[in-house]
Amino acid sequence: MFEIFGVPSQALFGQLLLGLINGSFYALLSLGLAVIFGMLNIINFTHGAQYMIGAFTAFFLLQYAGLGYWSALIIAPILVGLTGVVIERAFLQWLYKLDHLYGLLLTFGLALIIEGVFRNYFGASGLPYQMPEALRGGQNLGFMFLPNYRAWVVAASAAVCLATWFVIERTKLGSYLRAATENPTLVRAFGINVPRMITLTYGFGVALAAFAGVMAAPIYNVSPQMGSDLIIVVFAVVVIGGMGSIMGAIVTGFGLGVVEGLTKVFFPEASNTVIFIVMAIVLLIRPAGLFGRGT
Amino acid sequence: MERVDSLTSAAQVRNLSEPIAFAVMVVVLVIAPFFAYPLFLMQALCFALFACAFNLLIGYVGLLSFGHALYFGWASYLAAHSAKVWGFPPELAILTGAATAAGLGLITGALAIRRQGIYFAMITLALAQMMFFFALQAKFTGGEDGIQAVPRGKLFGFINLGDAMTMYAFVVVIFLAGFLSIHRVIHSPFGEVLKAIRENEPRAISLGYKTDRYKLVAFVLSATLAGVAGATKAIAFQIASLTDVHWTMSGEVVLMTLVGGLGTVFGPVIGAFVIVAMQNYLTVLEQWVSVIQGAIFVACVLLFRRGIIGEIANALRVRL
Repeated sequence: MFEIFGVPSQALFGQLLLGLINGSFYALLSLGLAVIFGMLNIINFTHGAQYMIGAFTAFFLLQYAGLGYWSALIIAPILVGLTGVVIERAFLQWLYKLDHLYGLLLTFGLALIIEGVFRNYFGASGLPYQMPEALRGGQNLGFMFLPNYRAWVVAASAAVCLATWFVIERTKLGSYLRAATENPTLVRAFGINVPRMITLTYGFGVALAAFAGVMAAPIYNVSPQMGSDLIIVVFAVVVIGGMGSIMGAIVTGFGLGVVEGLTKVFFPEASNTVIFIVMAIVLLIRPAGLFGRGT
Repeated sequence: MERVDSLTSAAQVRNLSEPIAFAVMVVVLVIAPFFAYPLFLMQALCFALFACAFNLLIGYVGLLSFGHALYFGWASYLAAHSAKVWGFPPELAILTGAATAAGLGLITGALAIRRQGIYFAMITLALAQMMFFFALQAKFTGGEDGIQAVPRGKLFGFINLGDAMTMYAFVVVIFLAGFLSIHRVIHSPFGEVLKAIRENEPRAISLGYKTDRYKLVAFVLSATLAGVAGATKAIAFQIASLTDVHWTMSGEVVLMTLVGGLGTVFGPVIGAFVIVAMQNYLTVLEQWVSVIQGAIFVACVLLFRRGIIGEIANALRVRL
């Protein structure tokens, strides 16, 4: 045990780890928002609700189907992603020709509906979700105690983020996607089914949110409001990073999680607000965002 | 010749539509307390002014602020605090609230207008959430309890606002003053520039307008009037609480304006009355209110984007 700037190393690294965990969720969610915004030009306000549905789906799978964490990690994103496909076909597809603002308003309304329904049936207090057997306990690293589950969350979300980055930036499919973002009409002229690509992109972005929700379930309680405050922080993360770059969204997400963790150690009163303060500073210095491309 | 006459008279009716609607509104507000609870009417009027202030931005500059609860809520805190702790008379307490909102609007507006469109909405929402946490942590706001038992006091030292009807009359005067000042702004040369920015900002810039300044002034005006609404609500209902600074309140004012009609003069007023009436009279469905509000959002965006007043104005071919 030693001290850094008068803070015991246990506390400092513990908070750093917590920060990285929050950062994992920021990265996964802001990545999903950026992917969706790139294709649909819609800011998906429902994202927080979809993260919450992901956690609830894991809970239901365990409760009623006896399917544990590992299967939930695969099944929940697929199921929630399918609901995303339905939402895109039923609602969002009518908005592409309108002002961006209508997409925000519609998805905000959907978030109110979803969160309201869950609150009515499951109450405001959270439901516990068991941590998977294999990830209980932890390692003593000497300077800190590392719970296995938390290490897993950081590693898994980093892996998913990087895989997403790889698919979008380095594969053929990703190049179609990027091309359709730049000029959908031209890509369509080459015989690529852009509307279906848009639908699947939304489904994929939503699945990312659900994946984050499943990972969050054992750490936080599964509760109807778990996404609503988080999504506002993620919006600030997106403003800071700018939505132009996939890697930018990932780096900003993890980075801000760490900044938040450090603030909890040195100035706990500001830990709720530090991300918003960083946003204000970034707006003053680099209005387009750290990785942004104008507007 | 006859045809020309009928055309000019039709044009006259069109020009008269707003004054006529305004007269109807004033008459309704005068006789309303004999048919409805003054408390309900005061609540609706405070929200109507709030929605009108919000509409000044979305309807006439094209800026969607998703954080207007910040000005409404903080003005109500400062009005309540100054009336209760500093012993300010109601008119000064409301001015204190409005000044607070103006100051906050200047700072947050200057930050938010650095980005456009969808980012503007996210920035205003994030800044409002930050100030929500400040309100939650600050001592003077009373945290979860809010500031309760705020004295209504005596207006100008001699009009006792303790009486419900007197308070109602005062709220009506404030609402009408705010409404008319917004109307004045919209129809001024300044307002025309705002509309030009809404329609085509690069063009307005190329014509030599410093659009950022116009946007900032409009933002501060909107925040100030939202503050007047919040401060008045704090005095009339004798309470300031976290509800008024929470993001759900920002969402509600968007909903009111959307239901009534974005960019219409009377839409926000109608929208506020509809939503407040829904919350008051559908208490049976209380736990479903947010679900219903969400459904209204979805329906408005998909089916009637013009809103109630927008649809009426469109059907009658008049401006409202």
